[in-house]
Amino acid sequence: MKLAILLLVLVGMSMAPAEGQASLKFPAEVEAGTAFSVETAGAGAASLYIAGPGELLRRKVQLGETVSFAATDLEVAGHYVAFLVESSKTEGTNSDGATSHSVEFDVVPGRRVAAVSFLAKPSRISVNVPNGLSAVTYVFDVFHNLILQPQEVSFQVTDAMGRTESRSATTLNGVAWVRMNSAAKAGVARFEAVAGNIREKRVVQQVPGDPCAIRMAAHRSGPRVALETDPVRDCNGNPVPDGTIVTFTELYAGGQSTVDVPLKRGIARTEMPAIAGAVISVATGVVMGNEIHWGGGS
Amino acid sequence: MNGGRILGIVLMGATLALVVVGTVWPDQSGASTVDAQARMEISGDSPKGAVDSLMVQMGRRDWEAAYASLANKAEFSEGEFVRDVNGSDGGLRTYADIVGFDEQALHASPDEATIRANLHWASVVGSFTDSRDLRVVRNTDRWQVAWPMAKQTRVPPQVVPVNYLRWDVIDRGPGEDWGTQDVEAPHVRIVAMHPVDRGAGVVVLGELLNEDVVPAFVTVRASLLGGKDAVLATADSFDKISHVLLPKQVSPFRIDFPEVRLPQVSGIRIQPSSSLVAASADPVIGIESQKLSPVPDSSLSGELVNQSGQVVNVAHVLGTFYDGNGQILWVADQYPSSALLPQTPEPFSIAIPADVANKVKNYRVVVSTYSSDRLR
Repeated sequence: MKLAILLLVLVGMSMAPAEGQASLKFPAEVEAGTAFSVETAGAGAASLYIAGPGELLRRKVQLGETVSFAATDLEVAGHYVAFLVESSKTEGTNSDGATSHSVEFDVVPGRRVAAVSFLAKPSRISVNVPNGLSAVTYVFDVFHNLILQPQEVSFQVTDAMGRTESRSATTLNGVAWVRMNSAAKAGVARFEAVAGNIREKRVVQQVPGDPCAIRMAAHRSGPRVALETDPVRDCNGNPVPDGTIVTFTELYAGGQSTVDVPLKRGIARTEMPAIAGAVISVATGVVMGNEIHWGGGS
Repeated sequence: MNGGRILGIVLMGATLALVVVGTVWPDQSGASTVDAQARMEISGDSPKGAVDSLMVQMGRRDWEAAYASLANKAEFSEGEFVRDVNGSDGGLRTYADIVGFDEQALHASPDEATIRANLHWASVVGSFTDSRDLRVVRNTDRWQVAWPMAKQTRVPPQVVPVNYLRWDVIDRGPGEDWGTQDVEAPHVRIVAMHPVDRGAGVVVLGELLNEDVVPAFVTVRASLLGGKDAVLATADSFDKISHVLLPKQVSPFRIDFPEVRLPQVSGIRIQPSSSLVAASADPVIGIESQKLSPVPDSSLSGELVNQSGQVVNVAHVLGTFYDGNGQILWVADQYPSSALLPQTPEPFSIAIPADVANKVKNYRVVVSTYSSDRLR
């Protein structure tokens, strides 16, 4: 099929229109997805072929009349070739016994943005990182042709507190990009790109840093000792994410007990055996907390 | 034509004869060790015979016969006996088979004997041994085993409040445009790596940290490089790692290369990989009464305490052993054979090679859990 199209195109292009013969008047540019018409010259019946990227049209036409194309006929942007093949004449024939005339034209993307591909990275970023967020957009028309004409794209980051930071950029060859700062407060941020009426959203989690300090308290709970940390925060005062592992270790003569506890609502709590003289410590990541000497004071 | 018919009749007759022979005298050559030991299934005319008989019946899961043979069956029901031997609550033991046993006489008198029976079990994650000291008593003219029921602590009925914390992941849909990217994979980091020559081959030991704020499913792959960076062997940590790491959690890993010797190795390429996974922060497992036992039975033992109200079917205990400089000496693991019931201590014991045990100055234990009623 492709070989046949190529052959037709080559044959068509090799034939120059002779005076008084069939000819076509195509516009140099046609917007994808728009209806248009083409005048033909000459007389008699002919076949009109249009070959382009991923499309091949064939029409029976009456030379000298106008040929109309519907909005759905040409949707893919790119370079096209149209050529007429007359089957009724023998003069100036090609190898198939038909005359031919060809023209070239471009189908260009529509001007209205219908889709935006939005790449926002990273998905998670620490708070307070200058230019840490990268946003890249590609703008497309309704037929998913990359719109090469400059388009205005605005970018907006809204943090968990509702504060917004905006920037805008103009597409260059269909692509617009910016870099933005991460917020000072941890939480889920909404990252939006807007082009025309199209709005694309991504979620960027702005996460606190490592725990800055950790402190626990203990009290007896029957035969065991109940341990509970204060709310664990990073050095900017942001609460460390729930699920972060806190390790409690109890050392006593001849052995030890440990338990890894995830933070829940900023606090880790557990119970361990109450052994007189035991030393209980707490840690998360590389941060060590206080020690409690059970039965011997803290 | 006649010759072919005769041959057919002969073949059919031979087939029928073989079927009859196979049915009447089944071949036991491919059976398990327990069935091979079935020849010892003799009547209880001696303490050893009584124990042998019981072991074989348990190996065949002939619970009715095993229970009927017990001297103290009035003390518990058959169901309780089966749960005691074969496990319950979807624990590892419920999926395991007895593949053999051995015995050791501890005490004998005309009317009573004590025999230590070691039941060898095989499961999908390895083998384990269950030792029971069995009291065998003479009952008129035959010997019977008095089964030592393991006493299980009963937790009183109660409500255990849990602030359930879990992470779910929304992936891009199958029809999404390419610009709709997935959330990126968690950031993990190798924080220690140390190859050792264990005689039988090279073992790569190390630790992996989830430094992200989301849970990660992790694996570690290592390639041993020889001369001119040629890859000698590649392997991954398989189950010698805790695959699901919560934020800031560290897992040890061990990768075995039985075919390679350390002098052959000029370099090691380590590839940790991580992916986002829906995970739960519960249950929390306390690891209590950890204690190192010296050689000859060098091991790290302790008790797992399930602090949640939910049954953990299978637990995986991983131990990391360090020398005085904090360098990893060994990584070993164990799957306790019983399920972890809420707030009920379950013992574990991780064997340590004797040459390593002498150098161990510190250790760390982590537990990963699997529950059938929860997706991790």
